[in-house]
Amino acid sequence: MRNGKLMVAPTVLWLSFFFVVPLLIVVAVSFASRTPYGQVIFDWTLGNYARFTETLYLSIFLDTLIVALITTVLTILLGYPLAYFIAQLPQKWQQPGLILVMIPFWINFLIRSYAWVIILRTQGVLNTILLKFGFIEQPLQMLYNEVAVMLGMVYALLPFMVLPIYVSIEQLDHRLLEAASDLGASPFTAFRKITLPLTMPGIAAGTILVFISSLGMFVVPDVMGGAKSALIGNLIQNQFLSARDWPFGGALSIVLALLSLVLIVLYYKALSAQQGGGKNAEDMA
Amino acid sequence: MKEMIRLQGISKKFGDHIIIPSIDLTIYDGEFITLLGPSGCGKTTLLRMIAGLEQPTEGKIFLDDEDVTKLPPYKRDVNMVFQNYALFPHMTVEENIHFGLKMKNVPIDEQKERVEQVLYLTQLEELRKRRPQQMSGGQQQRVAIARALVNNPKVLLLDEPLGALDYQLRKSLQLELKNLQRGLGLTFIYVTHDQEEALTMSDRIVVMNKGVIEQDDNPDTIYHDPKTKFVAKFIGESNFFEFEEGATSVVRPEKLNLCLEDEENANHPEPRLYGTVVDVVFYGTLDKVFVRLDNSNQTVVAYQYFDDVKRWQPDERVGIWWQPQDEVIVHK
Repeated sequence: MRNGKLMVAPTVLWLSFFFVVPLLIVVAVSFASRTPYGQVIFDWTLGNYARFTETLYLSIFLDTLIVALITTVLTILLGYPLAYFIAQLPQKWQQPGLILVMIPFWINFLIRSYAWVIILRTQGVLNTILLKFGFIEQPLQMLYNEVAVMLGMVYALLPFMVLPIYVSIEQLDHRLLEAASDLGASPFTAFRKITLPLTMPGIAAGTILVFISSLGMFVVPDVMGGAKSALIGNLIQNQFLSARDWPFGGALSIVLALLSLVLIVLYYKALSAQQGGGKNAEDMA
Repeated sequence: MKEMIRLQGISKKFGDHIIIPSIDLTIYDGEFITLLGPSGCGKTTLLRMIAGLEQPTEGKIFLDDEDVTKLPPYKRDVNMVFQNYALFPHMTVEENIHFGLKMKNVPIDEQKERVEQVLYLTQLEELRKRRPQQMSGGQQQRVAIARALVNNPKVLLLDEPLGALDYQLRKSLQLELKNLQRGLGLTFIYVTHDQEEALTMSDRIVVMNKGVIEQDDNPDTIYHDPKTKFVAKFIGESNFFEFEEGATSVVRPEKLNLCLEDEENANHPEPRLYGTVVDVVFYGTLDKVFVRLDNSNQTVVAYQYFDDVKRWQPDERVGIWWQPQDEVIVHK
């Protein structure tokens, strides 16, 4: 027992130092107020949380939720077929397929976002090509709008959807599909009745990853959305950097974290209620 | 007898690898036929081709006089019991059994009736709400059979269905399966590598080796009159003697008799061979006596039942004799 405790000690220390302590600081700061010069005064007020209920902030919050939701749905719709395709490849091509999905991670995300700007801006790659071939006469305004933000979000988060779905499809017992076919199910019906329900755990994992990540995303709206489309991530970033209002930024962060937590719990509850033996299905698959 | 399945010049190659060179086989309505052979002999491939899960490289498959060679599995009126059951883990027993009927759009009332019937038949009524992973191997096996049977297929295909179960359970399920088949009058094609299982259950056994049919006969003939050395070796225990070039004499151990080397006035044929007992192993109902033959390295085995007065001991000298009709000559 003593040994066991000693062995987890480094992990506990690591987590407390880099996770628990900073989190507690943020919680503490969120109940503080600030001087006009941005200094934090610990006077234990709920004012920061009250400020959050102003219409301006609530609407940003709602926008963020909607963008996160659409991003999640789009990554499922794009990611599932991609994951399925990779899982169906011959064994020796699966690893390269996955590496291709992950290669973008090797490049800093900020740089990749600016790459999109170069592609999409009015004098950008895409507009130039379209103009050259006469598809359009005026350059299209493809940047600095909601669509651009969606595109950037889906692009950034797609791998987080593909990987867990790939794992669940890859683990699916192929004989179950043979059995379904033997019992009269066409390939499409077999997919709907067997593959899809049994790969739900993968979709669930991907959904959580993508949804949570897109709630906190601030680079994409910043770079590709222009000033117009601020999301909660940008708001928080601004409080800490430009506005120097750490207490309000802290309060926003805590609200966001709590909301994520609640949503995750609700989502898992709904999922396991809907398919009953979701856990078992996961074990078997 | 009505033909149910006819395989015509069926061959199967995976790339350069020939699994089945060419097979012709006819299976009749209501038959319990077993494809028996060691692993890799092509028996499962043959079964999967009948199910439609594999395509033959050449040849044709007829089901009830209809050419089904090109039909996908979901359009064939046969059902399969898979080796590891392949039950749907996200469905209850009931839902598993309903699956095939739903796929074929059987009217709801009839679905219920048929599911009830098959639940009763397989004694699964109590377990209907369970999920597969909450059940024992034997119970899962029953679900797999029920899920296939409920569709009233023309032929039921069984791919080593009892392979994963322990000995006792296997024995009792063998009898249950046989009774089920007899009661329903259904055609069963059963794949196994267990020769004892094949002998107990089948009306007809097709012994396969390297994709070729070695012998196709009823169990009695397969056991007592093997046509090839492979069949004699694979089914039961056998002793082989090369008395003349190119012909092998096969004698089952229970047909070998041992006597004292210097016995006088014996009322049985003269010993054909002599040797020394090297080992005696107790098997409950019998002793297996291993005898090293004189002037050779060959060891033969004889079964001694305890109605014989004498129980042999190692190092005893013995004569070996058998009745001429108990010797089968094979040429391959």
